[in-house]
Amino acid sequence: MNALIFLIIFPLFIAALALVLPAGNALRKTVGVIAGVVLSAVPIYLLIAYLDTGPVYFRVGSHLVNMVMLAVEVVIAAFIVYISLRSKRYLPIVLVAVQSLIMVTFELTAGGTMEIEHSLFVDKFSIIMALIIGIIGSAICLYGIGYIPEYHQHHKEIKERRRYFSFLIYLFLSAMFGIVFSNNLMWLYFFWEITTICSALLIGYRNDKQSIESSFRALNMNLLGGLVFAIGLVYLYNSSHIMELDKLIKLDRNLVLLPAVCMAFAGLVKSAQFPFSSWLTGAMVAPTPVSALLHSSTMVKAGVYIILRVAPALENTVAAKMLMFIGGVSFLITALMAISQSNAKKVLAYSTISNLGLIVACAGINTAAAVWSALLLIVFHAVAKSLLFLCVGIVEYKLDSRDIEDMDYLIMRLPKLTAVMMIGMAGMFLAPFGMIISKFVTLKAFVDTNPGMAIVLAYGSAATVFFWVKWMGKIMSIRHGEIEVVAHRVSRWEWFTLDVLAVSTVFVCLAFPLISSGVIDPYLTERFGNVPVPDFFNVMVTFFIMVGLLVLLPLGLFYFGFANKNYRRVATYLGGANIDNVTFEGAMASVQTIEMKNYYLQKYFGEDRLFNVGVIISLALLCVMFGVAFI
Amino acid sequence: MAWFKRSPWILHYNATSCNGCDTEVIVSLTPLYDLERFGIINTGNPKHADILAVTGSVNEKSVQALKNLYDQMPNPKVIMAVGLCAISGCVFQDCYNVMGGVDKVLPVDVYVPGCAARPEAIIDGVIMACEILEKKYAEWKKGRG
Amino acid sequence: MNSIYEAYQVLSMAERALVFLVLAPIAGGLLAGIDRKLSARLQGRYGPPVRQPFFDVLKLFQKERIVVNKFQNFNIILFFLFTACSGALFFAGADILLTVFGLALAGTFFILAGFSVGSPYSHLGAEREVIQMVSYEPMVILMAVGMYQATGSFKVADLVQYEAPLILYLPGIFLGFLYILTIKFRKSPFDLSMSHHAHQEIVRGITTEFSGPALALIEITHWYENVLLLGMVYLFFGFNPWIALVVSLATYLFEIFIDMNYARFKWQLTLASTWLFTAVAGISNIVVLSVMK
Ligand code: SF4
Repeated sequence: MNALIFLIIFPLFIAALALVLPAGNALRKTVGVIAGVVLSAVPIYLLIAYLDTGPVYFRVGSHLVNMVMLAVEVVIAAFIVYISLRSKRYLPIVLVAVQSLIMVTFELTAGGTMEIEHSLFVDKFSIIMALIIGIIGSAICLYGIGYIPEYHQHHKEIKERRRYFSFLIYLFLSAMFGIVFSNNLMWLYFFWEITTICSALLIGYRNDKQSIESSFRALNMNLLGGLVFAIGLVYLYNSSHIMELDKLIKLDRNLVLLPAVCMAFAGLVKSAQFPFSSWLTGAMVAPTPVSALLHSSTMVKAGVYIILRVAPALENTVAAKMLMFIGGVSFLITALMAISQSNAKKVLAYSTISNLGLIVACAGINTAAAVWSALLLIVFHAVAKSLLFLCVGIVEYKLDSRDIEDMDYLIMRLPKLTAVMMIGMAGMFLAPFGMIISKFVTLKAFVDTNPGMAIVLAYGSAATVFFWVKWMGKIMSIRHGEIEVVAHRVSRWEWFTLDVLAVSTVFVCLAFPLISSGVIDPYLTERFGNVPVPDFFNVMVTFFIMVGLLVLLPLGLFYFGFANKNYRRVATYLGGANIDNVTFEGAMASVQTIEMKNYYLQKYFGEDRLFNVGVIISLALLCVMFGVAFI
Repeated sequence: MAWFKRSPWILHYNATSCNGCDTEVIVSLTPLYDLERFGIINTGNPKHADILAVTGSVNEKSVQALKNLYDQMPNPKVIMAVGLCAISGCVFQDCYNVMGGVDKVLPVDVYVPGCAARPEAIIDGVIMACEILEKKYAEWKKGRG
Repeated sequence: MNSIYEAYQVLSMAERALVFLVLAPIAGGLLAGIDRKLSARLQGRYGPPVRQPFFDVLKLFQKERIVVNKFQNFNIILFFLFTACSGALFFAGADILLTVFGLALAGTFFILAGFSVGSPYSHLGAEREVIQMVSYEPMVILMAVGMYQATGSFKVADLVQYEAPLILYLPGIFLGFLYILTIKFRKSPFDLSMSHHAHQEIVRGITTEFSGPALALIEITHWYENVLLLGMVYLFFGFNPWIALVVSLATYLFEIFIDMNYARFKWQLTLASTWLFTAVAGISNIVVLSVMK
């Protein structure tokens, strides 16, 4: 139990330090490193300590803590009112006022008599989440140490608030640990609200018009989610006098349906599913570490975490079906929209929503196989996506553009970075690495329960391949001859993080049978009593292919790069009119340079076309979801 | 055993032909002559070709393209000059911009005469080119190995 | 009549895979030869000998290796390896999804090869190839899904020995599969990314910069792929080996016939029509099946 509390408190402590220590101080870096080591080590310790045990629940004397939390909540509410007033936005004020009103009255009337048996708990799923938050989260913080100074060099107009930035990030991590370890729903809710406010502030870090806009959009949506969450909790307590996650799931369906739907709704908002996807796409105005953090290990993962947690309460209801469809719609439509985007961060954002959609759909199905693949998706997505975001962040500086169309010959201009980026991409879509393993199982789970979803998956994965392949093709095209290698001055902080994440991407891909049997299967046994047995032969083949590729790739590159001398180099074919590899002689003896652009199919998959479709469908589905819950 | 005889692929380049010979090259693909029955394919790509069939005389402008294309062909390769223009410049040889036949700039292996060259002659030329290809392959291999 | 299956069952999985790896290029090469001969005949030409594809490939192996950059052929090798692998898995009787994903991976390497050379023609070809891949991929997955719905198994070994004719359960899926088979065989009207025809608006598309042995390898890979695809057609009629063999062959001839009769589509039409056809034929079939169950 101490380890859990430590994980929640320790980042707070670091956050406080970050606020106090002066910027640019060597001590800050030391603190950052120590925090990174500790935050990665403790979840690993948890994993080892609880490897053979089921869920363990802890009792924590809670009344005083509740009061402190309430006070903090009120302070946060006041703060939100303050910043909203300053920017003359009134919606957040309304939302936060209603929410605090509900919570304060609830705490004051029912709080005193509330009997909480276990406030904290830990099981395999929490540990997986803690590992992701701890390792990836703190790796991103280290990246930030190298990144933020450079960020301010590039953006002189932005006021430097480095201390405030680190403070928020560590606070965020603390709240994330809180979410995954809380059994007491009041606590869960409390941490939930902290992530909301932290993310909104981080998105608004630049403090210009656009980022304030995005920041308030994120705030509005997530406050709405929080409000619904709060209503759900109050309803739950009034109807059944329960305030604990483990009891909620065991409760009678009729009582629990509405609160569970409310929590799932809050989860949908956090994980940026349709119709709430726009806050996440807006969030890319923030500095890269923030996007990486929001997209990979924290925020959105909190959303799917809560959905997966309450999914058993929804089992076999229409609401679960709706959840599945909302996930499916988000998966398909965002994958299609990603095709039409040439902004690298936007492509990544849509791909995030798309993958989360798949996880939500799995949660809606809620069979052992579906949850198995949902958990694997969470893991694979967290490592690969954070890696990609951080790479794009660096590319953006070096090229002064985040447009994919400007990334021609990237492998020649930034070779090592591109190699790392390709590892991330392979983890995202390339069979047999990473995501595709889970898609494989997801497909089977879909066919067994709802073939309609299999169709969605079929189209969606085709679209996924499209936008990844053309991007990957773009960055790996090679041209012979002199090409200016962009100054490779990437700080070692950034490199360290990229290396760690690249290695972990490869590691989780290779170790997925281990992860599955060691962590995921025990969790599923607790929850479903049975474990989906992925066909042993298939696993072996996949594994064999992966190892084969990992051996082949370096060998092949070495062979073609150094050993093979049996070739003659010629210029590319340009109708015979070559001057050199990339220029040719045009009409009137002019020198023309070739330029290659990708297809984006704006006309078919443009945002303006598809976004509204997605919103309308998902709104209808949401209405049905709440409709059945009320009845 | 070399297989060039069984599958010679052609790249056709028009240096400055009057289009008479070009038409004849195309005609030899049609059902009446059917080049493909010998395994001959008219590729549009130097990197796939074994035989460079040039029609028309070489001029100041086309010479660079011709050289580029020839350079981009993998060994073994032969050049076939199709039509009188490609052989000597024909009636155009005194033009201010014409350099003359193809052999002024590149080593021609087969000359197919005619103005325009007949499809039969072209097919015959390709068959001759095949023999030369095989020979060149043997030499090239020896030189390499 | 069932001697084929008896022979199939006697072999272990590894042996089946080996048989495929050895025999498929021969069969595929012959099929390609028949294709060329038949196409010529349909155009009123005499046509090359049936063995012509083998001559071409053997010749290509003897050519000089020219490259634009030194790494370009690596992707082609991976393309070859993975196609052969997924074919071997298919004929060994393994999971059909494994085959489908393997094939997609191989296709990805081919596309990346086209991108990596940095030539405009290859680039355009690769871009079109991606569109083709996006067009056919849903149907290929739906085929596996439909077969699973009908038989309850993803294993090719089970599918092929399913007693009832699968085609009766999956008529829509079969039609859809036939449609995308034209893309996979690289036949008109869908031969956008590269074509065996003499003239092509983007030179040789994705293969423009690949020559000599690399081109030969691409050719052989296509043979493997074609045999694998016909094997998938075979599954629909697996209840009777003779009928199945005849239908597979007939499908191939049918595709040649289509090839001869159509001009090339634009990619817009390719994508839209394929997705629509998949949606109508494939999805309706799957929905009906799931209602029936
Ligand atoms: S040889 Fe005669 S037909 Fe041929 S290009 Fe010259 S002028 Fe024209």
